[in-house]
Amino acid sequence: MTNIPAEYGLVLAALLFATGLVGVLARRNIIFILLSIEIMLNAAGLAFISAGSRWGQADGQVMFIFILVMAAAEVSVGLAIVLQLFHRLKTVNSDEANTMRG
Amino acid sequence: MELLWLIPALPLAGFVILALAGARMPRPLAASIGAGSVGLSALIAVVTAAAFFPDQRAHTQNLWKWIDAGGFSSDISLTLDALSVVMVLVITFVGFMIHLYATESMSGEKDGYSRFFAYMNLFVGSMLLLVLADNLLLLYLGWEGVGLCSYLLISFWYSDPANSRAAMKAFIVTRVGDAAMAVGLFILYKEFGTLRITEVMNMAAAQWSSGSTIAVAAAALLLGGAVGKSAQVPLHTWLPDAMAGPTPVSALIHAATMVTAGVYLIARMHILFTLAPQVRIAVAVVGATTLLLAGISALAQSDIKRALAYSTMSQIGYMFVALGVGAWTAAIFHFMVHAFFKALLFLSAGIVIDALHHERDMLRMGGLRHQLPLAFWCILIGAASLSALPLISAGFYSKDLILWESLASANGSAWLWAAGMAGALCTSAYAFRMVFLIFYGKAQSEASHRIAVHLGLRMKAPLIILALLALLAGFLQTPESLGGISFFSAFISTALPSTPTIGTAMSEGTMQYLSGFLSLLGIFLAYIFFLYNPDYIRNFIRKPFGFALHCFLSSGWNVDRLYDILFVRPFIYAAQTNCRDIINLFFLLVALLHKGANRVLCASQSGLVRKYAFGIAAGAALILGVVALK
Repeated sequence: MTNIPAEYGLVLAALLFATGLVGVLARRNIIFILLSIEIMLNAAGLAFISAGSRWGQADGQVMFIFILVMAAAEVSVGLAIVLQLFHRLKTVNSDEANTMRG
Repeated sequence: MELLWLIPALPLAGFVILALAGARMPRPLAASIGAGSVGLSALIAVVTAAAFFPDQRAHTQNLWKWIDAGGFSSDISLTLDALSVVMVLVITFVGFMIHLYATESMSGEKDGYSRFFAYMNLFVGSMLLLVLADNLLLLYLGWEGVGLCSYLLISFWYSDPANSRAAMKAFIVTRVGDAAMAVGLFILYKEFGTLRITEVMNMAAAQWSSGSTIAVAAAALLLGGAVGKSAQVPLHTWLPDAMAGPTPVSALIHAATMVTAGVYLIARMHILFTLAPQVRIAVAVVGATTLLLAGISALAQSDIKRALAYSTMSQIGYMFVALGVGAWTAAIFHFMVHAFFKALLFLSAGIVIDALHHERDMLRMGGLRHQLPLAFWCILIGAASLSALPLISAGFYSKDLILWESLASANGSAWLWAAGMAGALCTSAYAFRMVFLIFYGKAQSEASHRIAVHLGLRMKAPLIILALLALLAGFLQTPESLGGISFFSAFISTALPSTPTIGTAMSEGTMQYLSGFLSLLGIFLAYIFFLYNPDYIRNFIRKPFGFALHCFLSSGWNVDRLYDILFVRPFIYAAQTNCRDIINLFFLLVALLHKGANRVLCASQSGLVRKYAFGIAAGAALILGVVALK
């Protein structure tokens, strides 16, 4: 099994993270924003895995499992919020949910 | 004797009950608590005085420790000696008469009936605390309580802004004196480490030499307090305006409480004043100035209550003259007689004012003696006593004592005596001007044809009792040429020293003829100018000079305007300038900065989730950038 250089993994993680960030900033649909956050989380997870394999340590994989668990929790809360938002405002457009502006 | 504490406690308890539950009480109950508490207090005062009388030893009752902190301690303890016996008897008795009268005369009030009696009870209670206090701190508590009650009662009809202004004026002007008095108390405490009156007096007599700077300073500061409370020049301007309150309040302020507090204070601290001869001269000069200024002003007043207010100032001026020359007994004697006839005058003036539907202008009265016979006789008796009508009025005996001792006392002088004599002429002139304008001549307004008076027993009885006292109280102390009764001076001599006299060019008898003559002359002049030929004065006032003089006198020598220019306007100007100054600019800038920051932060709170996310991302990028580039 050939070793994949750690840099490749990190570059891929950076690209994924950038994609996610652009998604969060650009999309109005709140479901897409949630999806983009998931992409960003997985990018972070990929970076941990790459770093862990580069140094030959198990810590990176442990961290990834943490991130998976946290992501599951975050999605369940996030989806609940989206449901409530849709229930109240009849929209999934995050820009219209601005009733608490200063 | 053991009941002593009940004397101030009963009116104070009446105040508490009325203040807490008075509004929900039926009126008769509120009235009986209000008048009853003072009445019971008067009864206990009589019992206590009777117990005091046989051996006449000062009695102190220690109730409880008030303050005990950091080396300073003060007790709530009351003391009874001959001076406070006289004060307590007059305050409770005259106070009760006024309360009794007020239960009926205030019954026309739509609301505030129980509030009125609550304040009145507090007033009497504070005054009793003042005269019974064993130490100066407790005295000061009563002193301030009296000031507070005068504020509350002068602005009793608070819906009229003028009344509130009068109340504030009374409070602020007396405050000037009170501040001086407080500093005086600080000096005494710093020097002696105690505020118990007997200890302070003994230590002052032992440690301070006569005329030493510290004695003069302490006495002068206490005099400041007395001048404020007793409405003497230069802090007298509040008293005429204090007439804004209901008539029983005026009677209470002028006869039994408040204005006599200054006289009491000086008499109580007489040892201190003896140690400061300069201040004692100042007391006499203040008194003489006030009695002349107020006496002449009273001649030009058209408002019946203002005329009476100026008359009070002038009579207190006599008491100050007496205190100044060391005639302590004469001052207290005149205080007592004055309490009787001034309460009588105010209460009967209240009847006249009510009968004429709140008309207070004497020039619009006239010819009322058949319609209001009781008020006529009462005001006649009061005026006779006020103008010291020889032999038959109590005022003659008390005022004569003052006039005589202002000349014959070792500290007296011919100038003080002359001022007193001139004041006596003014007094009888303005007193009988009042009688002639109100009760004689033609009716000046149609209001006097619509008189509806119904006097109940509760208004009649106090008037009759006070009228008798205004005639007869003088026989407690008569000059040697007229019986030589010295009951009063013998009684009070245990508390106050007698006055050393020196030989004078004039005998006491000659002086009595002279003062009696002046009193009658004043009445005659009043008759000539205000009844026999009133047109002379009317024409005189129409001329420019006469008009100017009239305005000058009726405004009380324009002192109000003088103070307005000297103190009030500069103060307001300084306050207004001060609120735009540099220091304030700094604080304005701080406020402005906060407002701007607030606006910026408000704008950032856009409610757009994506912007917040962008903010987080940008912040993270910034921090990472800083870390990476470092």
